[in-house]
Amino acid sequence: MSGHDSKYFSTTKKGEIPELKDELNSQYKDKKKDAVKKVIAAMTVGKDVSSLFTDVVNCMQTENLELKKLVYLYLINYAKSQPDLAILAVNTFVKDSQDPNPLIRALAVRTMGCIRVDKITEYLCDPLQRCLKDDDPYVRKTASICVAKLYDINAELVEDRGFLDTLKDLISDNNPMVVANAVAALAEIQENSSKPIFEITSHTLSKLLTALNECTEWGQVFILDALSKYKAADAREAENIVERVTPRLQHANCAVVLSAVKMILQQMELITSTDVVRNLCKKMAPPLVTLLSAEPEIQYVALRNINLIVQRRPTILAHEIKVFFCKYNDPIYVKMEKLEIMIKLASDRNIDQVLLEFKEYATEVDVDFVRKAVRAIGRCAIKLERAAERCISVLLELIKIKVNYVVQEAIIVIKDIFRRYPNTYESIIATLCESLDTLDEPEAKASMIWIIGEYAERIDNADELLESFLESFPEEPALVQLQLLTATVKLFLKKPTEGPQQMIQVVLNNATVETDNPDLRDRAYIYWRLLSTDPEAAKDVVLAEKPVISDDSNQLDSSLLDELLANIATLSSVYHKPPEAFVTRVKAAAQRPDDDEYPDGADTGFSESSVNEGITSPSASSSSGSYAATRQAAPAPAPAPAPVPDLLGDLMGLDNALVPTDQPTSPRGPPLPVVLPAATGQGLQISAQVTRQDGQVFYSMSFENNTQAPLDGFMIQFNKNTFGLAAAGQLQVPQLQPGTTASVLLPMVLLQNLSPGPPTSLLQVAVKNNQQPVWYFNDKVSLLVLFSEDGRMERANFLETWKSLPDSNEVTKDLPGIVVNSVEATLDKLAASNMFFIAKRRHANQEVLYLSAKIPRGIPFLIELTAVIGIPGVKCAIKTPSPEMAPLFFEALEILLKG
Amino acid sequence: MPVSASAIYFLNLRGDVLINRLYRDDVGGNMVDAFRTHIMQTKELGTCPVRQIGGCSFFYMRISNVYIVIVVSSNANVACAFKFVVEAVALFKSYFGGAFDEDAIRNNFVLIYELLDEIMDFGYPQNLSPEILKLYITQEGVRSPFSSKPTDKPVPNATLQVTGAVGWRREGLVYKKNEVFLDIVESVNLLMSSKGSVLRCDVTGKILMKCFLSGMPDLKLGLNDKIGLEKESQLKSRPTKSGKTIELDDVTFHQCVNLTRFNSEKTVSFVPPDGEFELMKYRITEGVNLPFRVLPTIKELGRTRMEVNVKVKSVFGAKMFALGVVIKIPVPKQTAKTSFQVTTGRAKYNASIDCLVWKIRKFPGQTEPTLSAEVELISTMAEKKSWTRPPIQMEFQVPMFTASGLRVRFLKVWEKSGYNTVEWVRYITKAGSYEIRC
Repeated sequence: MSGHDSKYFSTTKKGEIPELKDELNSQYKDKKKDAVKKVIAAMTVGKDVSSLFTDVVNCMQTENLELKKLVYLYLINYAKSQPDLAILAVNTFVKDSQDPNPLIRALAVRTMGCIRVDKITEYLCDPLQRCLKDDDPYVRKTASICVAKLYDINAELVEDRGFLDTLKDLISDNNPMVVANAVAALAEIQENSSKPIFEITSHTLSKLLTALNECTEWGQVFILDALSKYKAADAREAENIVERVTPRLQHANCAVVLSAVKMILQQMELITSTDVVRNLCKKMAPPLVTLLSAEPEIQYVALRNINLIVQRRPTILAHEIKVFFCKYNDPIYVKMEKLEIMIKLASDRNIDQVLLEFKEYATEVDVDFVRKAVRAIGRCAIKLERAAERCISVLLELIKIKVNYVVQEAIIVIKDIFRRYPNTYESIIATLCESLDTLDEPEAKASMIWIIGEYAERIDNADELLESFLESFPEEPALVQLQLLTATVKLFLKKPTEGPQQMIQVVLNNATVETDNPDLRDRAYIYWRLLSTDPEAAKDVVLAEKPVISDDSNQLDSSLLDELLANIATLSSVYHKPPEAFVTRVKAAAQRPDDDEYPDGADTGFSESSVNEGITSPSASSSSGSYAATRQAAPAPAPAPAPVPDLLGDLMGLDNALVPTDQPTSPRGPPLPVVLPAATGQGLQISAQVTRQDGQVFYSMSFENNTQAPLDGFMIQFNKNTFGLAAAGQLQVPQLQPGTTASVLLPMVLLQNLSPGPPTSLLQVAVKNNQQPVWYFNDKVSLLVLFSEDGRMERANFLETWKSLPDSNEVTKDLPGIVVNSVEATLDKLAASNMFFIAKRRHANQEVLYLSAKIPRGIPFLIELTAVIGIPGVKCAIKTPSPEMAPLFFEALEILLKG
Repeated sequence: MPVSASAIYFLNLRGDVLINRLYRDDVGGNMVDAFRTHIMQTKELGTCPVRQIGGCSFFYMRISNVYIVIVVSSNANVACAFKFVVEAVALFKSYFGGAFDEDAIRNNFVLIYELLDEIMDFGYPQNLSPEILKLYITQEGVRSPFSSKPTDKPVPNATLQVTGAVGWRREGLVYKKNEVFLDIVESVNLLMSSKGSVLRCDVTGKILMKCFLSGMPDLKLGLNDKIGLEKESQLKSRPTKSGKTIELDDVTFHQCVNLTRFNSEKTVSFVPPDGEFELMKYRITEGVNLPFRVLPTIKELGRTRMEVNVKVKSVFGAKMFALGVVIKIPVPKQTAKTSFQVTTGRAKYNASIDCLVWKIRKFPGQTEPTLSAEVELISTMAEKKSWTRPPIQMEFQVPMFTASGLRVRFLKVWEKSGYNTVEWVRYITKAGSYEIRC
C-alpha cells in the first residue's frame, strides 16, 4: 500500500521551471496537484523554486486539503524570500481560519505562525484571538503554540494584544492537550523574557499535577519540564509533589521518565527525612536501569545523565554496577560512557568484579576503548587505596601481553599511581623498564622518563636509560623534552657523578641554544642558574615533595552539578555544560559574565580531529582554483530578526546612529574572504586572511556585527597547524556596536604550535566574545605568505643546491589552467610574493624560468617554471629539502597566477 | 525547555536530502551541509549521536539506509527528541506497511510532509498515535468530513479524538467477535565467563496485545508478580495462594495504563488502543531460568591449529523444545580450514563474520549436543596482535517457556454492553544478547 511519489523527483532537465509554471496554471486539478508535488520535490532536493511563488500561491484556494497543505509547506519555506508576494496569501489564511472544518482552521493558524513576515504577522492577530477561544480543542491547542511563535517574532505585539492572559487562562482548559501546549508555550516565553510572565504558584502546580494523568506522553514531558523549576516551600510540600510524580517513573516513554527523575531530584534537595530519601533512591534505580534497554542513542543520553545523577546521589545505583558492564556489540559511545560510570560506582566491595571486566575490555579491538579501559584501572587504583595493589597487578598482566598501545597507556597510569602512593610500588619499575624500547607516544615516553627521574636513586642504570632517550632529544616533542630536562637534573642532583654531569651539559645545551621553544628554554635556564649558583637550593626546588593527587578527573564542581541536574534530559546534561555555554538565545539577565571556564576547544565536543577529517584541503587543482571564488561568494548575512524592544539596546543604538562607524574596513587590497558567515555566527560575520606585510605575517580580520547587541571581549585561538602559526599578541577589537564593522591586523608568529602529520594549508581558528559561544572556522594559509624576503639566491648557490638535493626531492606538476602572457608581468607577480628570479632560458618555443624562495627555518624552494607564452598550461617543478610541502606550494602558486 | 527540534532532515547514506522540515528559524537552512562535512564524511560518524557544530547541535539516528537528523540551537530536550524519532519511525512504518527506507520515503514524501506537519508543531511533539492520525490523514489524501466529497467512513469528531483524554482509541468500534490476544515475549540477556559463572543476566520482557474489542472497554490484567499479589491479598485480607511468585525489577507501561492507579492499587488497568500495541515492558534479574548452558573449551595448539569443543545443554522441560537455535563460535580471521563433528544439527564456517555457525532447527529439552571442530590457521607474521577472543553468541526461541516464570493470572474485560470476550495467551522466550566468553 505504499505510495508512488518518487516519480515527482525525476524531472525533465530542460526548461524545468517554465514547464512547472505551465502545469501549475493548468485548469485540470490533478495536473495542478502533481505540479505542486513536483515543486515540493524540487524544494526538498535543494533546487530554488522561489520564482514560482505567485503560481503556487494561486493554487492555495482549493477544496482539496492535501493540495492546500502542500501549498502551505511551500509558503513556509519561501515566504521570507518573497515578503511582498506573501501578502497575497493573507486573504486565504484569514478565510481558512474561519472555515467550518476545525482541521482547516487549525492548519491556517499553524501555518501563519510559521511565516515570519511582518506584514503577515499583523494579520495573524485577529484569527489567533478567535482561535484561542475556539470551541474545538484541536484548534485551541494549535493556537496555544502559535502564541509562542508570535512571541518569537514580535514579543511586543503578543503583550499588547493580551495574548499572554488568554494563554494563561488555557492552563485551566478542560482539555489536557490544550493545557499541555499552553504550558509549553508559556514556559518558552518565560525563558526568553526577563519579565515574570509564567510563575508557577502552588495552585497552578496542583492543577497541572492533576492534568498529568490525562495528558499524552509528550504533554507530560512539557508539564514536568515546566514544573521542575518550581521551588517547594518546605519539606512537606516537596514530599507531596514527589509522591504525585513518582508514578511517571513507570512510563514507557524515556523522556517522561527522565523529566520525572529531574523533578524528583530537585524536590529531594528539600526533603529532610532520610527514610523518604532512601526510599526515593530505591524507586528511581529500576527505571534508570530500564533506560539502558532502549535504543543506543537513548542509552547514550541516559548514561550521560546517570553520570550526573551518581555524582550527586551515589547510593541510587550503588548496587547496580553490573548493568553498566559493556556488551560486546554496544556502540563505542555507549561503551565509553558505561566505563565512566563503572569507575564512579567502583567500590571496595565490587572492585574484583570490575577489574575482571576492565581486563576483558583491555583485550578488545577498538583502540580508544582499550586505552580507556586501561586508564580506568589506574583511576580505580587512585580512587580505592585498598584495591591499588590488585589494580597494579592487573596492569602488569596487561603489560605482559605486549600490545604496544596497552603498554603505553599502562605506563601513563602507573605514573599517576606512583604520584598517589609515593614509595609503595616502586618494585615494579624493573618490569616497566623492559618495555622501554617500544614506547613511541609522547605521553607514555614522558611518563616513563618522569618515573626514571623520580626514582633515579633506586634504578641502578638510570643514567643509561636516560641517555638512550637523549640521543633523539632535538626530535622529541616538547612534552618529552621538558621531562627529559627535569629528569636529567633530578638524576644529577641524586647522583652527582661524572656520567650525569656530562649528560646535564648536553641537555642544557640542547635545551637552551638548540631550541626555539620558549618554555623549554626558560626552564633550562632556570635549572642552569640554580645549579651553578646553589645546588642545595636546586635540590629543594627540583626534588621538593609533591602534593598527593586524587582522582578528581571528570568530577564536576558542585554548583555546576546543581545546574546540570536541573537540566536533566536536555542537551546541557549531555554536554555537561550549562546552557549558556552553548546556547546564544538566552535572555540577557541569565547571562553569566564568567563563561571563561569553557574556552577550551576540546571541551565543546568539536575536537580537532573532526575538523581534520572533515575538511581535507582541496588538493586537486581544479577545486583549489575555484576555492577563492567560492569563498568570496559566501552567503550574505541573515536578515536581522525583528527588533526586540530593549531599553539598553535602544540607547546603544542611538549612540551608534550619531557616529556611523561602518566605513570601508580593509586598509588595503581586495575585501577579505568571509570565513564565518553571519548565518552561522548568529549575526557575527568574520572575514579574514593570512597576509604578509613588510616581512611580517599578519592575520587580517574584519568583524561585522549584525546582531542586536554590542559584542565585546573578543579573543582568538589558533589550533595546531603545519606552519605553527599562532597569535603574537592579544586580539584588539573594540566593543562592536550592532551594525558596525571593525578590522584589525593581528601580528602572527610562526613555528609556535606545530601540528604533526602531513602538511596542510588548513588553519583552524576559534574566536569568542563575551556574548556568544565560541565560533570555530577554517581558513587556509597560502604558502606564499610564508616566503621570506631573504629568499633570493645567488646563481651559483642555486645550481649547487639543485645538484646537492637528490632527485627524489623533485616534484613536478602541470597547471593546465594557467596562461603566461608576459614573462615580465609574471615575474613581477612572483617577486611580490617573495619568489625571486634567478635565470631564464628558452627551449624550443618554451620559456623556462628559475626562481628561488625560502620558508621559515631557512628551507629553500628551487622553482622551475616551463611555459609557452600565450598558451594555457604551465609546468612547474620544484626541488626542496621538504618535498612534502609541494602540494601546498602548487596550490598557492596556482591561485596566485590565476588571480 | 521541552523543545526537541528546530529542523528535521532525512538523509540517505550519501547525504542527499530526502525530506527537510524547518520548524523554527533559529537554525540556518544550510546546517545540513555542516552535518555532512563535519559528521557524515568523517570518522566521527558513529562515535557520538549528539554533536555540536558551531552554534547548533545535531542529534542523529540511523534507521535502515536513512539518517534522521534533528538540528537545534537551544537547550533542547534530547531524550524527547530521540524518542520522537523512534515514535515517528514507528508511525511511518505503520503507514507504509512495514519498511522504512530510502525508497519508502521517496515514494511517500507528500504523506511524510503531511505527517511531520501534524506530529510536531514549532518543535513540540504532538499526538503520534497511528490509530488516531489515520482517522484524518490517509494514504489517498485527506478525507475531510466537511468537504463535499463523499467519504466511506465519516469521522465527525476526529479533532476531539486527537486531543481527547483517550487519545489512542477511537469511539464506535464494533466487532462481531470480541477477542484479545496476549503475547508474552521475553529476551534473555546473558554474559557468562568462560568458567561458567554468570557475570550478568537479566530478562527484558514485553507484553504485546492485539485487541479486537467493541466500544470503550476497561481491561484489568493480573500477573503472578509479588507486589501485585501481596497488594491483592492485603485488599481482600486473605493469604497469598501458594505457587511461584516473581519479583519484577521494573515495569513500564503504554500510555493507556493508568499509572496513578498502578502506583496505589498495583493493578494494571487500561482502555486499550484498537489493534496491536505493546502494553508493558518489564525487567527481571533475580531467579532467571536460563534455557541453555554453554560449555566451551577452545585450545590454541601452536600458531596454526585450534581445537574447539562446545557443549550446549538445554535446561528446560523435556517435553518442550527450542526452535531456530544458532550458536556462533568465533575463530581468528586467518582461519584456513575447518572440520567438524556435531551430534545434532549442521555446522559450517562463515568467513564473513569469522565464526563457526552451528544451527539446530529443533532442540528438545534436557539434551546436550556437542560440537567438536579442528581449525587450521594460516600463519602470518603481520598479525602481531594476539586474537581477542570475542564471545560466543547464541540465538534461540523457546515457545511456551518464560525465563522469568511470569504467568498471566487473569485478564478481565468490562464494557457497558456486557459482551463476552475470548482471550488467548502465548509465551515465548528468545535470546537477547546471549554471550559466553571463551
